[in-house]
Amino acid sequence: MTTRYSFGGDEHIFVEVNEEMSLDGFFKSLSMTNAVRDMKIAGVTEICPANASFQIKYDPDVIAPDDLLVELKRLESVADAADSTLSTRIIEMPVYYNDPWTHETQMRFRERHQDPTGTDLQYAARINGYATIDAFIAAHAGSPWFVSMVGFVAGLPFLYQMVERDKQLQTPKYLRPRTDTPKLTIGHGGCFGAIYSVRGAGGYQMFGITPMPIYDPAQEISYLRDFMIFFKPGDIVKFKPIDRAEYDAVLAAVADGTFVPLIKPVTFSLDEFKADPQATNAKLLGVLHGA
Amino acid sequence: MALDILKPGLATAVQDLGRPGYYNLGIPLSGGMDRFSLAAANLLVGNDEGDAVLEAVFLGPEIRFTSDAVIAVAGADMPVKIDGIEQPTWTTLAIKANQVLSFGFLKAGARAYIAIAGGIDVPVVLGSRSTYALGALGGYQGRTLKAGDALDLLPAKRAVAVGTTVEPDLRRGPGASPVLRVLPGLYWHRITAEAGKGFFEDTWKVAPEADRIAYRFRGGRPLEFVPREPPFGAGSDPSNIVDSCYPYGSIQVPAGTEPIVLHRDAVSGGGYFMLGTVISADMDLIGQLQPNQKARFAVVAMEEALAARKDVQTQFAQIRATL
Repeated sequence: MTTRYSFGGDEHIFVEVNEEMSLDGFFKSLSMTNAVRDMKIAGVTEICPANASFQIKYDPDVIAPDDLLVELKRLESVADAADSTLSTRIIEMPVYYNDPWTHETQMRFRERHQDPTGTDLQYAARINGYATIDAFIAAHAGSPWFVSMVGFVAGLPFLYQMVERDKQLQTPKYLRPRTDTPKLTIGHGGCFGAIYSVRGAGGYQMFGITPMPIYDPAQEISYLRDFMIFFKPGDIVKFKPIDRAEYDAVLAAVADGTFVPLIKPVTFSLDEFKADPQATNAKLLGVLHGA
Repeated sequence: MALDILKPGLATAVQDLGRPGYYNLGIPLSGGMDRFSLAAANLLVGNDEGDAVLEAVFLGPEIRFTSDAVIAVAGADMPVKIDGIEQPTWTTLAIKANQVLSFGFLKAGARAYIAIAGGIDVPVVLGSRSTYALGALGGYQGRTLKAGDALDLLPAKRAVAVGTTVEPDLRRGPGASPVLRVLPGLYWHRITAEAGKGFFEDTWKVAPEADRIAYRFRGGRPLEFVPREPPFGAGSDPSNIVDSCYPYGSIQVPAGTEPIVLHRDAVSGGGYFMLGTVISADMDLIGQLQPNQKARFAVVAMEEALAARKDVQTQFAQIRATL
């Protein structure tokens, strides 16, 4: 990993921790941004961790760009020595795969897709070497995902699949982005999953939809009353396939305030995961399901 | 209620100086795209510089006032009318209860800032009254205004004499041949030296896709990329990167064809390379560009970016001193 620093105009410093995606790059970016936050540097207004990079916005009237750059470079050695253990939480997210709403949207924008004759799930299954869409869905829902960035639009999580690199699902984005994506679509582009927090434009392949809102600016949904955005970097997500009846039941429960997402606190060790991903995942799922 | 919206205009929304601190979660700064004009309009009515105003783009609203008020309109050259009679822009105006504020056709610029003494009274959300329409957050019910909406005002803070004006030489706008200054960087190394040179030589035109999220430009030569093996997770297109944060003002060029400059309602990150960033001093100018308007990009270094920032601050300080 080679860290690269660049100014984004006179108000941002952009730091690429690693050119390619890896959990090592994510952990280093997270520990550097945590260190910047702890330092409470006067003039710093936004601290934004991303997948394998991060960005600091600052007021150059308060701190000179070169001075801030020196501070950040000094932090890098601290971050290199940081413990790659994270106290976080694992969340079970119900997903209605192959649902009618993302299907309808796919068909409306079919001419923008690599495979105009099929569906996003059929295409993704084929190019990832799965014989059926059910086998692909089983792989998608089979292992946990790591929230490696929140952004694009309000509260949208980018998800990194917690499996060996050669098992990671990969798909290109649409040839041309759609102008519409249903709210709460489960999408996929490159190696990243995403959950569209709001309805809008998008270029990721669409696999399903969750009935569990993750952004509520009105803060009326029971588990979003404290803060309108559900996800933060470092969260771990496990998808649970559900059918139409269960989808409708969760929607109704969200509406009447009785839906409680399944969430458990966990400790995640990057070293442990790298040494044995399957055992680490099994342990995480054990915590989730109370084993 | 002090303002009845009779006609909303094209996309009129409540804005202030924005909502910093939540970009890490995808909630952008928002606020006026032309902060200079927004702050000047506020000073003309005795408000604080960052009080909430209405931002009207391309086509102004029609508003009936239900009580006497002091107003000022700054920014775009869009004729201001009270009961149909034209009034000066960048000037303190009195409007009486039951009078109607309306606008003529846009002559220059893109966004007019309508400040009213006291400021627009909408709830403060995450520290700001700005509207972030994509996230249905802030402003008036999280959206642009509609006919039939009614807005409240906060109590006026200080009196400014009617007829007070910002002198023309202290006003700011993009002018006839706009040049946007750019600090190259970020993923500049992804394009060839020849492409980098061409980007600054070519004349570009604002595309119809120009809104609060981003301004898109067309008409220059496509950019050529330096060949590479795609890094894991980036995607196969040469313009793809592992999804990263996007600075405000950053210039992404998907597939190397149409530069997109992110603005106050920016998407906070994504997977397209950026070749550099428009400097803070020139962000307001973008907010006043119209579709089809020609513009050029000019390369600057950090020292020039900081000097330009100081120049704008000095110019605004002169306005502050005269009001």
